[in-house]
Amino acid sequence: MQLVLERRPERSAVIAIASPLIAVALTIVTFAALFAIMGKDPLVAIYVYFIEPLTDPFTLQEIAVKATPLVMIAVGLALCYIANIWNIGAEGQFIVGAVCGSWLAVRTNGTDVGHWVLPAMLVLGALGGALYALIPAICRVYFGASEILTSLMLVYVANYGMDYLVRGPWRDPQGLNFPTTAAFDPAASIPTLFEGGRMHVGSIITLIVVMLATVLLGRTIRGFEIRVVGAAPRAARFSGFNADRLVLLTFAISGALAGLAGIIEVAGPIGHLDPGVSSNLGFTAIIVAFLGRLNPGGILIAGLFLALTFIGGEGAQISLKVPLDVTKVFQGILLFYVLACDSLIVYRIRLLRSVRKVAHAAS
Amino acid sequence: MPLLEHFDLIEAIILSVIAASTPLLLAASGELVVERSGVLNLGVEGMMIMGAACGFAGAYMSGSTLVGALCGILAGAGMAAIFGILTLGLAVNQVATGLALTILGVGLSGLIGAGFVGTKIVPAAQLHLPYLTDIPFIGRILFGEDAFVYFSVALVIAIWMFLYRSRAGLVLRAVGDNHASAHALGYPVLRIRMLAVLFGGACAGLGGAFLPLAYTPFFIPGMTAGRGWIALALVVFSSWRPGRLVAGAYLFGAVSILQLHTQAFGLGIPSQLMSSLPYLATVIVLVLISRTRGTAGSAAPASLGQVFVPDR
Repeated sequence: MQLVLERRPERSAVIAIASPLIAVALTIVTFAALFAIMGKDPLVAIYVYFIEPLTDPFTLQEIAVKATPLVMIAVGLALCYIANIWNIGAEGQFIVGAVCGSWLAVRTNGTDVGHWVLPAMLVLGALGGALYALIPAICRVYFGASEILTSLMLVYVANYGMDYLVRGPWRDPQGLNFPTTAAFDPAASIPTLFEGGRMHVGSIITLIVVMLATVLLGRTIRGFEIRVVGAAPRAARFSGFNADRLVLLTFAISGALAGLAGIIEVAGPIGHLDPGVSSNLGFTAIIVAFLGRLNPGGILIAGLFLALTFIGGEGAQISLKVPLDVTKVFQGILLFYVLACDSLIVYRIRLLRSVRKVAHAAS
Repeated sequence: MPLLEHFDLIEAIILSVIAASTPLLLAASGELVVERSGVLNLGVEGMMIMGAACGFAGAYMSGSTLVGALCGILAGAGMAAIFGILTLGLAVNQVATGLALTILGVGLSGLIGAGFVGTKIVPAAQLHLPYLTDIPFIGRILFGEDAFVYFSVALVIAIWMFLYRSRAGLVLRAVGDNHASAHALGYPVLRIRMLAVLFGGACAGLGGAFLPLAYTPFFIPGMTAGRGWIALALVVFSSWRPGRLVAGAYLFGAVSILQLHTQAFGLGIPSQLMSSLPYLATVIVLVLISRTRGTAGSAAPASLGQVFVPDR
């Protein structure tokens, strides 16, 4: 007996809708079992992780703050992944965007130069992220180097570069020797949406990005090109689509979005540049992109859901005394289930009684 | 005598370079076999950190380094099995699965290791041969290492022999270079890849276990500190060749140790520049070997990272 995969004649529409729901349900069951093993009440754990954060306006805002960069980065990554282009260096592009935007904030710190500072920072952040993302794209297009590996390597270079800046030239002289820049001026900070709240204008920008990406993918010829190159590269070649140009374009867009997310994060909730600004958002966004099925609307929901688990995890650390690592375990298991369930849209599993017997019957 | 003092310092540096290189070499040689079979497992970091946590747990509870190492190997192979079932059994995207494996491994290892933080074990014993180990300078370097170091070197030699001097190795390379042809010839592509993935996981787990069992005799969450990613870079850096992998692993290890010393010497080079050199070098090597694809310089498996579903 053997289990084999068999390509379905066409994608299963039922499973396409049900698959993320099945994945979430399986994850929650696994999660409950994990808590039972750890000797905690599974129902209480599920309440603390998934319900409690939704009952308090403060944590609701925290969820939006957490989801903002995740969704913005993931939308850009989805454009790449749909076209079968693998940018996994969003973490680095996020950091470079944060650094490029922060350059202006650090230079203008303490000088009252005007309201153009913040928009200029955002432009610089997006530009920096895009240029940094173009390095692996150019290496792939002109030299044939795998963009998976080059984009990943550049994450470390970006990390060390930022580390150098905040420990060296950009360090706040009044910062008690902590590796951090001075706090940004109000003119260089993202305004919050509500008085005294933490939710900021970045969330609005993210919503606009989601809408633009939906239009790009669903309503434009460029979006069609992205989908065709990913789904049928040969057909795309015959119809004259330029795959190389698409690599450069999708890398530039995803880098720009990651960079924009970086500078928004630094100029918004964090308020200064320090080595911990990213906390792996660029990698977590990859989960968000897949959980959202590479669809901008889906990514918005997936980003909010993952943000919920982050905030729920912080709550559980206090009320259930479980380590923060539980959140990572949850996210890893969730991604596994999502990927496995998605596979069943295209394939079905068949049980073969005996391979030999089948071969005999065929011959 | 100042000359003798310098010798002591150089000996200490070489010893620490070997210790820093060994986990990289162990994990990277496993990943090399995996990639040669055409599978890209980006979850090396997750498998290593699980190897570290389970290896320490095993050694702490049994009091034996060997049991610890075996636990690390099993943990790494177990993580690799999840990866294999998803990417080979269910034809799931390898990049996404590998990343999920790393996230899961970092989380799980934190949970497993939480109870062991702050405890200590007896570090792995170092070889001591009468007379030989006492030779000045080279004695300790050549004859005074722990078993992991000797095993890592033996492992690379075995992998080289397997890949280039055995029929099974030839089949494995064929599967990695053209899975459709290998399948047409009747080779069980998925089974061969599954075995390679499990082997890679076992090596990564052992490389991770080296850290708390021999490098530092205690466990810290996240103690692999990106070594799994470096191992991945190393495989590319070596252009998928075991010989170059050894050179690369020791080069990366040397850079990571030397950047600690550059500050002490006060050369004025930012340590971050030194630290990022291996990654920049990998990008440059990747560009150079990709340009000469098809000639002798490159050995990138042609089916690397591609999903294979056999048709019958």
